[in-house]
Amino acid sequence: MVSAAAQGMMTVSRAALQALLDALAENHEVVGPTVRDGAIVYDRITRLADLPAGWTDHQAPGRYHLERRHDDALFGFTVGPQAWKRFLHRPVETLWTIRKGENGVTVESDTGTVPKFAFIGVRACELQAIAIQDRVFSQGPYPDMAYTMRRQSAFIVAVNCGQAGETCFCVSMETGPKAESGFDLALTELIDGDSHQFLVEVGSDAGAEILKRVPRRSATDQEIAKAAAVVARTENQMGRSLETEGLRELLLGNLNHPRWDDVAERCLTCGNCTMVCPTCFCTTIEDHSDLSGTSAERVRKWDSCFTMDFSFIHGGSVRKTPRSRYRQWMTHKLATWIDQFGTSGCVGCGRCITWCPVGIDITVEAAAIRANPQPQTGRRHGDP
Amino acid sequence: MATLEQILQEHPFFVDAPAELVRLVAGCARNHIFHAGEYLFHEGEPANEFFLIRQGKVALEIDAPGHAPIIFETSGVGDFVGASWLIPPYRWVFDARAVELTRATGIDAACLRGKCEADHDLGYEMMKRFLPVLVRRLHATRLQVLDVYGRH
Amino acid sequence: MSMAGTDTAELRPADPFVPQIYRVDRVSRELADTVTLDLTPLSGSRPPFAPGQFNMLYAFGIGEVAISMSGDRAHDAFVHTVRDVGAVSGAIAKLAPGAVIGLRGPFGTGWPVKEAEGSDIVIVAGGLGLAPLRPAIYEILANRGRYGRVVILFGSRNPTEMLYRHELEEWRRRLDIDIEVTVDHAVADWRGNVGVVPALIPRAAFDPHEAVALICGPEVMMRFTVNALRDVGLTPESIFLSMERNMKCAIGLCGHCQFGSTFVCKDGPVMRFDRIAGIFTVREI
Repeated sequence: MVSAAAQGMMTVSRAALQALLDALAENHEVVGPTVRDGAIVYDRITRLADLPAGWTDHQAPGRYHLERRHDDALFGFTVGPQAWKRFLHRPVETLWTIRKGENGVTVESDTGTVPKFAFIGVRACELQAIAIQDRVFSQGPYPDMAYTMRRQSAFIVAVNCGQAGETCFCVSMETGPKAESGFDLALTELIDGDSHQFLVEVGSDAGAEILKRVPRRSATDQEIAKAAAVVARTENQMGRSLETEGLRELLLGNLNHPRWDDVAERCLTCGNCTMVCPTCFCTTIEDHSDLSGTSAERVRKWDSCFTMDFSFIHGGSVRKTPRSRYRQWMTHKLATWIDQFGTSGCVGCGRCITWCPVGIDITVEAAAIRANPQPQTGRRHGDP
Repeated sequence: MATLEQILQEHPFFVDAPAELVRLVAGCARNHIFHAGEYLFHEGEPANEFFLIRQGKVALEIDAPGHAPIIFETSGVGDFVGASWLIPPYRWVFDARAVELTRATGIDAACLRGKCEADHDLGYEMMKRFLPVLVRRLHATRLQVLDVYGRH
Repeated sequence: MSMAGTDTAELRPADPFVPQIYRVDRVSRELADTVTLDLTPLSGSRPPFAPGQFNMLYAFGIGEVAISMSGDRAHDAFVHTVRDVGAVSGAIAKLAPGAVIGLRGPFGTGWPVKEAEGSDIVIVAGGLGLAPLRPAIYEILANRGRYGRVVILFGSRNPTEMLYRHELEEWRRRLDIDIEVTVDHAVADWRGNVGVVPALIPRAAFDPHEAVALICGPEVMMRFTVNALRDVGLTPESIFLSMERNMKCAIGLCGHCQFGSTFVCKDGPVMRFDRIAGIFTVREI
């Protein structure tokens, strides 16, 4: 329940944001965007100076680089190669350790203390991606408790995008650019000459509580209108779209389309797309034992459906060809994900396009099949 | 004591055939009994007669030197044994052995080929009955060749 | 009849990520490369399971493999028939009585044994596929009066590589079930059928319009069998298969066992054919 007083929008100055970081740092690991190795990645931050102030990114299929902005915006970029899943659904996780001793066999599965994260600068598409992974990990018949605890203790400060990334298509995926829900606080950066403010929307009681420790005042109608204009401008800047109408039936009805052969000639099966995608969740299990054979541990690691032995039976790999593995990734993301989890698996963040070494564009591939559908033949006995 | 025509008409191979067709075929037919272990025909012999199984089981086998003969298919009630009579040089390529007491109606191949040549309607009716069985056997053989139960 | 086979919502392990420790009570050799293990927990009793479900068996420090139950529900132990085809299954197949093994489960969907009451039952097994069907056979035979005709069709490579041969012979001695067995090839002392399992279907004694079919075996064999069953009149809604894909987590979170929209570990392994008919013949799906 959000009190009537806090329902109103607030305005916070750029300088005052430091108070927000400090308040969160008291009992959270504060994580936010920062520049490193020529990209904007997510890592621990303490000061406003750690943020990519005055930086922006330029993205295209297979291309990414940073450039200085003409202003000092703290969030004047879109998304980089990392997603928040690296904190919530960790790349490497020890599940348990098993020991063989005189007292028999014991299994230890203590996950240790659950880190409380505060995420600074979560975009609307990323909020949706987190919600999608929530469905996978917390709402199935076997919830992942470690994920669920990290998720529930995470404090989220969202940011409404001030510009569209060149590979973004959140509008057609209906996941942005405005953050609608799933955040504790949502910021919209307003820069006007010397004025550098943030409109703050409260999204939860926890958000309201933290905000009390930050110097702020009620937002003016002008500021609220300016924030809406920022969002509208971003909406209009979208450079590509994915037509989602009937997309599931289109892809599942064209599993033998020649376009799959076409993309297979370009796809390196490097798996970059699965690493950068904020919703890809596949993992593998590795069992290690020590040399004495008295203890062994099970480690879970991120995996990719592009690996040769991702799917196999005792005769060998089920998806030997790159064609079949690309098809698996794309049809899972855009079609069978809907059957499994009720929504599309794609949030339109554009990362897979930017970080594909050969610039394969999922929106172009889908459009190519839509332009010239070739449904499978070979039905029998009136198959559906 | 049933006549040859009645026996043929009741065989699954001819169960919905017109009486006139059955009568024509019966003119080429005679009954056989094979005891367990008896051969219906051997590889290399002229394919003079093929058999509609009325009772029992027949094994089709290949004899390779140094091996016990390998059975690759068994036929039972309702099946016909022998297809090489359909194509020149009309010579058997396998052995056919009765596994247990088997009653069969033998059809003289030359007689039936002659009648089919003279009466193309009869020929077409016979072809319509033989081909689906041969196609199914081909499909089954292909599945057998895959050795799906073997270790990979 | 439910889409996935028997609803097994209540048959899930307490902590599905962590193996429980079991002891090997008994090992019996089935074939040259196949053994059956009886497993009981070190403490307490084993959880209940539905025929068709599987456990993840853990070989210390080596890894896990998904193996279907193949025992009787009335039996105290989990019974698993394991073929040596890799590092993990090989290690498990070499365990001696008294050894310990990790076990997670039961997982997956079961055969529609309850839902099929009142129907004729056609069980079609190929090779090792008889193992996941055996619990369903035990269940059906224990409640024989609830079903119409019961037919078991079983195909093996050759007569000496025939799983559960003695049990098949015992079942055959009953007067209320039909068992037809066939092999891919044989030598002269074999007086049974030679040929593929689907070839047994046209002659089998069941009413195709009142029958439920349970199929398990190599995928190629299952495809041919489904075709043969549909040729005699069974509908896609009355045919159930046990699918197989590699599994890591067995709980629908790692993504490896995906088959179209389904996760074989939690939407299967037993699946009603109409659910997968559209992708069953798509190459490399």
